[in-house]
Amino acid sequence: MTPLPRLRVEGLSVRFHLPGATVRAVTDAHFEVRSGQCVALVGESGCGKSVMAHALLGLLPGNASVEGAAWLESGDAPPVDLVAAPEKVLARTIRGRRVGLVPQSPAAHLTPVRTARAQLTEALRELGNPDRADALAERAGLRPPDLDLYPHQLSGGMAQRVVNAIALAGDPWLIIADEPTSGLDRPLVDATMTELRRLADDGRAVLLITHDLRAAQQVADHVAVMYASRILSVEPAADFFTRPRHPYAAGLLDALPSRGFAAIPGQPPELSDLPEGCAFRPRCARATDDCERLPQPLGSGRVACHHPLENHAAR
Amino acid sequence: MLRAEDVVVSYGRRRVLGGVGIEVPPGRVTGLAGPSGCGKSTLARVLAMLLKPAAGRLTVDGVGVRRWRHRVPRELRGQVALIFQQPRLAVDPRFTVLDVIAEPLRATGQPVERARELAEEMGLTPELLSRRPHEVSDGQLQRACVARSLALRPRYVICDEMTTMLDASTQAHLVARLEAYRLESGAGVLAVTHDEELLDRWTGPSGGSTHHLSAAAPAIRGTAATET
Repeated sequence: MTPLPRLRVEGLSVRFHLPGATVRAVTDAHFEVRSGQCVALVGESGCGKSVMAHALLGLLPGNASVEGAAWLESGDAPPVDLVAAPEKVLARTIRGRRVGLVPQSPAAHLTPVRTARAQLTEALRELGNPDRADALAERAGLRPPDLDLYPHQLSGGMAQRVVNAIALAGDPWLIIADEPTSGLDRPLVDATMTELRRLADDGRAVLLITHDLRAAQQVADHVAVMYASRILSVEPAADFFTRPRHPYAAGLLDALPSRGFAAIPGQPPELSDLPEGCAFRPRCARATDDCERLPQPLGSGRVACHHPLENHAAR
Repeated sequence: MLRAEDVVVSYGRRRVLGGVGIEVPPGRVTGLAGPSGCGKSTLARVLAMLLKPAAGRLTVDGVGVRRWRHRVPRELRGQVALIFQQPRLAVDPRFTVLDVIAEPLRATGQPVERARELAEEMGLTPELLSRRPHEVSDGQLQRACVARSLALRPRYVICDEMTTMLDASTQAHLVARLEAYRLESGAGVLAVTHDEELLDRWTGPSGGSTHHLSAAAPAIRGTAATET
């Protein structure tokens, strides 16, 4: 019996070595994404969430060192550790084929001097997909004549669908969407989220990396909150949005204009100078001396906090 | 009152604004909403005197704007500040964060010491001030841009999708800072965003109104921003 397809991230850490400083971008991350699921990784800018995406795609720069593992267990192929596999394997069998990237700012991701069709056709050819560009474009919600446009002639929503089509050219099981909505207006965000949800419902797995909590609420089954390089909590989306247990998650939600519209006091620490213990401690109203020790994720709810908020439904 | 009337702007053959008007009263937050590509940012640039319209009038507290961009007279230039969507594209990458904030002070011959206070008011800690833009996060850089915009104590502040790149907590903080400035100085704020929830929350306390700009079509003429 083949095990359930999943991405299993275990103890993943990424450090950048700079002259005179070590930047801890990801520290000891654990989470899972299964078929049919969309997991949202949320957090403020500079918390390390984009580095996570790059690590899973093997696109980290040369000064990065990686520990831990990210097992991709999908399809009939043997499991692959995405962070340990050599570049040759990643280039020939993983990127585009088993892991697809929906990039930030689609218009900038496309080559400006070639039509959408030329770029989609190239992706299909390189990935050995016999499908025609028109068929793939229609599945992504584009009319075939749209493909003959250059990137600057595409609206934001059309450009988004073109990069979605390219990401799907190799029929990957895992889709990593790195801030796919930044700069889009609400209708386009809605359309992009609907598309990601559809991909998950088709039996793929979607990892959505975003700072936009409302976008996450539209599609995510689970929400992982990242702060100062660590994942602080992984909760079912319904729980996260109604009764978050981590004080940082509660603070983020209370900052939404539709809720309290109140900023969390202070600023996140530098990734090159992280405090001992809980990194959120200096900004946290619930912090005590206990918080000088690093909290271990608690039980199945997975909340790394010594003083989590009550979750009445769980008791 | 910052007032634009019958503004027409075209990029090449594409007409982006076909006779649009808007009024930004002092002491209030006025909203400007509309879908992507409707010309919100173009109108914001006209209001900040950074883009000369093909036709139309702009007045700042009754004074007509006759020269644009770097030819704007100094006494007018400091009256209207603009905060951009992408802070990284809005700062000189060779400057330090402190230089970014001090630039308007330096350009107008004012003491640059004020820049440190502005930084502190935005929650920027002293060790950040000597860094270059690539060494700080988007949120920190946008805080510096807000500090810069307030350096000359403008009568009007135009925020063009100021927080779309930022997380909820930083958004709430930047808006709170601008609200504090508005209440203390009586300045007018124009909040340009497609985020209706944010607009309601931001314009509400001052009783300001929101203008909706419809999507630009090449043939449309005389579409005034309609007030709701």
